[in-house]
Amino acid sequence: MTKDGTLKICKKLIICGLICLFSMSSLQRAYASDASEGEGFNPGDMINHHIKDAHGWEITHGVVVPLPIILYSEPDGLMIFSSSNFFNNGHEEVAYKGYLLSHEHISRVDGQPVYDFSITKNVLFIFIDATIMLLVFFAIARGYKKNVGKAPKGVQSLFEPVIIYIRDEVVKPSIGDNYQKYLPYLLTLFFFIWFGNLLGLIPGAANMTGNIAITAVLALGTFFITNFSGKRAYWSHIFWTPGVPWWLRPIILPVELIGVLTKPVSLMVRLFVSITAGHIVVLSLVSLTFIFHSWMVGFGSTVIVTLITIIELLVATIQAYVFTMFTSLYIGMAVEEHH
Amino acid sequence: MDLLIPDYGLLFWQLVVFSIVLTILAVFVWKPVTEALRTRESMIEDSIKSAELAREEMMQIKADNEMVLKEARVQRDQLLKDATIVANKIKDDAKSETSKISEKMILDAKSIIESEKNAALAEVKNLVSTLSLDIAEKLIREKLNNDPSQQQLVEKFLKEVKVN
Repeated sequence: MTKDGTLKICKKLIICGLICLFSMSSLQRAYASDASEGEGFNPGDMINHHIKDAHGWEITHGVVVPLPIILYSEPDGLMIFSSSNFFNNGHEEVAYKGYLLSHEHISRVDGQPVYDFSITKNVLFIFIDATIMLLVFFAIARGYKKNVGKAPKGVQSLFEPVIIYIRDEVVKPSIGDNYQKYLPYLLTLFFFIWFGNLLGLIPGAANMTGNIAITAVLALGTFFITNFSGKRAYWSHIFWTPGVPWWLRPIILPVELIGVLTKPVSLMVRLFVSITAGHIVVLSLVSLTFIFHSWMVGFGSTVIVTLITIIELLVATIQAYVFTMFTSLYIGMAVEEHH
Repeated sequence: MDLLIPDYGLLFWQLVVFSIVLTILAVFVWKPVTEALRTRESMIEDSIKSAELAREEMMQIKADNEMVLKEARVQRDQLLKDATIVANKIKDDAKSETSKISEKMILDAKSIIESEKNAALAEVKNLVSTLSLDIAEKLIREKLNNDPSQQQLVEKFLKEVKVN
């Protein structure tokens, strides 16, 4: 390698390091802000606040982006207003038009039921995730239209290996010849989870893919696709398992039926747990600083948090891969014609 | 525990947004992208195959060329051999022909010479006979006139014959 090339790589590494340092320090600030609330610092409350959904996007302490509240109730019909209406100038919770936001739960003052479809922090991140996906992949599609039959260029060449990997190493071997039909869903699934996981690692961002509602919808997709594409072999395997003594079959039947449900549930729980756990680990390590009130501990935890964040980058990719992998395996099992 | 209870608002938005993203991407991105990838892959495969085919064809052509060259060499050698034989034959033939022709020409010349000679001799004979007759006639005429003078005349005529 030339001296020039080495120099360039060194420069890039230094820039990356600086970016990491700055993001870390902003993370520290964000968590530090929570510590200043009240006398006793409660890491549990802080962590819960960070991994859960919220009706406003608190980037760091005191910097809250108000988000739209969308409510439906029988007497008022559909209502849309800003979440900032729920707080007065002293940041205290106040009722607005007969609604009250308490512990991220909106209720009517008169106790009547109300349906909350607000654009919460997580919904905002669903939108951001979707927007990034659309921008990135439309750019890629343009690339394919422009360089037909030629080598990929730019963002196209960044994602082409990933797309081909998902197609050739995940989808094709799991599903078999009829994989084309499922490829769009599985690619969308992979990139939605991957981008979501990576977005969640940005300090101040929402724990979107670590929310069970998000993973539930994704797992539900897998559930429906698997069972709607189930062939004769799949159903006969569930209801009248071949290759076992006849008296075992009625015993296996409920187990198989439970298996139909546990597959998507395991997907749902796995993604939710691994992403949330990563966030909890990072936040716990940061909390150590404020529990011990020591900058030495702060230095140590920053080093460990940096390492954990690097591992989380890996986990973000692995979990997206695993979700896609298992979904294609389940579809593959369902569309298999014979053993 | 409320971490484990999915929020219906989030469920709703995730369902809506994910479905929209899936539909848009499936129609406008994944379809053209996978098609482009497939066509490119088949194109690459085809070109590799055709390159191999072309290489094989080249080899075949090369082998053919060599064979043709070899054949041509053999043919050339054969032709050369044949040509030398033919040339030699022609040379021999020509030689024999010329000798025949020259022999014939010599023979012809000889016969012509013979006939010319015979003709010349016949003429000489004729001339001699007419001369003899003339002389005889003149002698006979002179004898009738004078004897010595006849002698002189014979001598004179003989001289004339010599001049002739």
